[in-house]
Amino acid sequence: MSVSPPWFAIQQPLASRRRLLLGIVSFVLPLLIWCAVSYTPFIWHPMVRVENPGGVSWFRPGLLVERAVFAAENEKALAASQPAATGKRANPVFLPEPHKVAQAFYTAFTTEPKLRGDVWLHESLWRSIQTIFWGFLISCIIGIPLGILCGAYAFWSRIGEPVIDFIRYMPAPAFGALAVAVLGINDAPKIAIIFIGTFFQQVLVVANTIRRTDPALLEAAQTLGCRGFRLVLHVIVPSKLAELYTDTRILLGWAWTYLIVAEVVGVSSGITFFINQQAKYRNFENVYAAIIMIGLLGLATDQILAFIGKRLFPWETQRPSRIRAFITRLFSSRRTPLTASPRPPLSSTATSPEARS
Amino acid sequence: MNTSASPLPDYRAQSPAVAARFAKLKERPVVLTVENLTRRFTKADGTETTAIENINFVTHRREFVCILGPSGCGKSTLIRLLAGLDTPTSGRLLLDGKEVHGPGPERGMVFQGYTLFPWKTVTQNVMFGPIMRGTDSDEARREALQWIELVGLSKFADAYPNQLSGGMKQRIAIARALANNPRILLMDEPFGALDAQTRAQMQKHLLQIWKNVDVTILFITHDLDEAIYLADRILVLKANPGRVDELIEVPVPRPRSPEQFFSAEFLATRARLDALIHPPQPASALSDAIATENLPIIRLTQSGDDVE
Repeated sequence: MSVSPPWFAIQQPLASRRRLLLGIVSFVLPLLIWCAVSYTPFIWHPMVRVENPGGVSWFRPGLLVERAVFAAENEKALAASQPAATGKRANPVFLPEPHKVAQAFYTAFTTEPKLRGDVWLHESLWRSIQTIFWGFLISCIIGIPLGILCGAYAFWSRIGEPVIDFIRYMPAPAFGALAVAVLGINDAPKIAIIFIGTFFQQVLVVANTIRRTDPALLEAAQTLGCRGFRLVLHVIVPSKLAELYTDTRILLGWAWTYLIVAEVVGVSSGITFFINQQAKYRNFENVYAAIIMIGLLGLATDQILAFIGKRLFPWETQRPSRIRAFITRLFSSRRTPLTASPRPPLSSTATSPEARS
Repeated sequence: MNTSASPLPDYRAQSPAVAARFAKLKERPVVLTVENLTRRFTKADGTETTAIENINFVTHRREFVCILGPSGCGKSTLIRLLAGLDTPTSGRLLLDGKEVHGPGPERGMVFQGYTLFPWKTVTQNVMFGPIMRGTDSDEARREALQWIELVGLSKFADAYPNQLSGGMKQRIAIARALANNPRILLMDEPFGALDAQTRAQMQKHLLQIWKNVDVTILFITHDLDEAIYLADRILVLKANPGRVDELIEVPVPRPRSPEQFFSAEFLATRARLDALIHPPQPASALSDAIATENLPIIRLTQSGDDVE
């Protein structure tokens, strides 16, 4: 431990502490740039916020004007021997300061909707999550089995994949009008857009993953008496389960990217409605807060799924897991107590004289 | 080892005990019959190559047969045909007198690349065959644990394959194949990826297992010593196309032990195998052989800095 490896080494993993540090830096760095632009007037600040209108007739306190205009108007006022206007340099309204956005994270939830019939932010968010959930769930229920069939059988692959490949290139929002015509203006067409955006990719991605099944495992299973569709159930799917899980995780990210277009279809709803509404009122800190919330929700979901995944597939990570023990116990007919460790501790395996290579 | 002092006996000469063993062996029923087995492949450019041609042999119950041959003689093609993982162009394959097509649990196979199911624990791997047969889960587990005990890995019954060493993996693969009670166990260079020490240990293990389990073994190898050490009979193939060159009855008495490696029978058999597998080069190929033996390398080290 006396010599730490270099920071820049090709294809070498970093120490876990450095990984964490760099992970934090990757978030802090853009935030710092944002702070610099917001709080130091000489970097950008192309506008002037009027404090005292002086002799300029159309200036009002709090008005944002471009610096050039401000200077020109002041010259005119001085020429007409009127008092000059005063003001402070400021950024455009669409770039709020970080602290205002941070405040908005809280106030956006506590601010009452301006119009009757409008919804609170948490209601918007919840509606968005529901839209994603249903769209993605329906896509998974149909897409994963279909992808598995396409990956396992050349017949299903040839009959299904060419047309899916074709439809995949049609942008999901293009189906918006059609979805409204068929499914009405409420949640159904939005769920349909998410479904269309995910499903076709999902079938192809799953089929590709399934196709990469190690043929040696299939042959081994055949010599053990496994044949036909049981090969799919007992060998192909379990051997690729961890990868299918990762595929699904990545596809969930796709589903999120379709959320915004889905929500403007028909009656605008959910977080998109909130963002559009707040932009209309020029509350850009709320807009930023909402966008960051979507990002955080996505990131959190992904991290939670990754965390669960590591524990669901212990043969990938060699780590004992309570979650998996619990799930196996739920689904197995044999009732084994949770406390009984089903596996010898790893250290003993590694140091055993029998474990060579 | 100074072996040139006394001339080697004929590899066909058998001591009375060995001869009696072979007589008894041949009285046992035939398990596997291979008749005129031929496999041709069509290459991408449309030309045909013959991997193996007109292979004929029989194996008796509880016999240990090794298949030996130079690289490219179609050893792997042959065992894949026997396992049913490939279809012969012509010829027949009979198990206990009945023709078989496609893979089946009565012909167990152990692959060089282990091929354990990584998502299953050791026990679940061994249970796979019985479960496919329709054995209920408790019974399959009991059976599996017995097989795991037989290969001496009870301690690792609940480990995952990636926690095991190569030799341990291959022992589990053997247990998994045996759990199906196969009529014949096909082994495709199973110890090829192991280091020399583990390999020797595995050979000893395999002989023990074979002695205690009612199973016929067909074992592919390219290692001459391994073949002599393990086999009752050695089927030597020759390449291009793969054909049976000779079926050698190994005159080394059983039980076998590593000390026999320097016995006269062992060395005689080895000399014969060597002659079959590495035949004297014809004149045309000779210049090539010399060229590879003495590489045309110019000296790149300083004079005086010699290593031999």
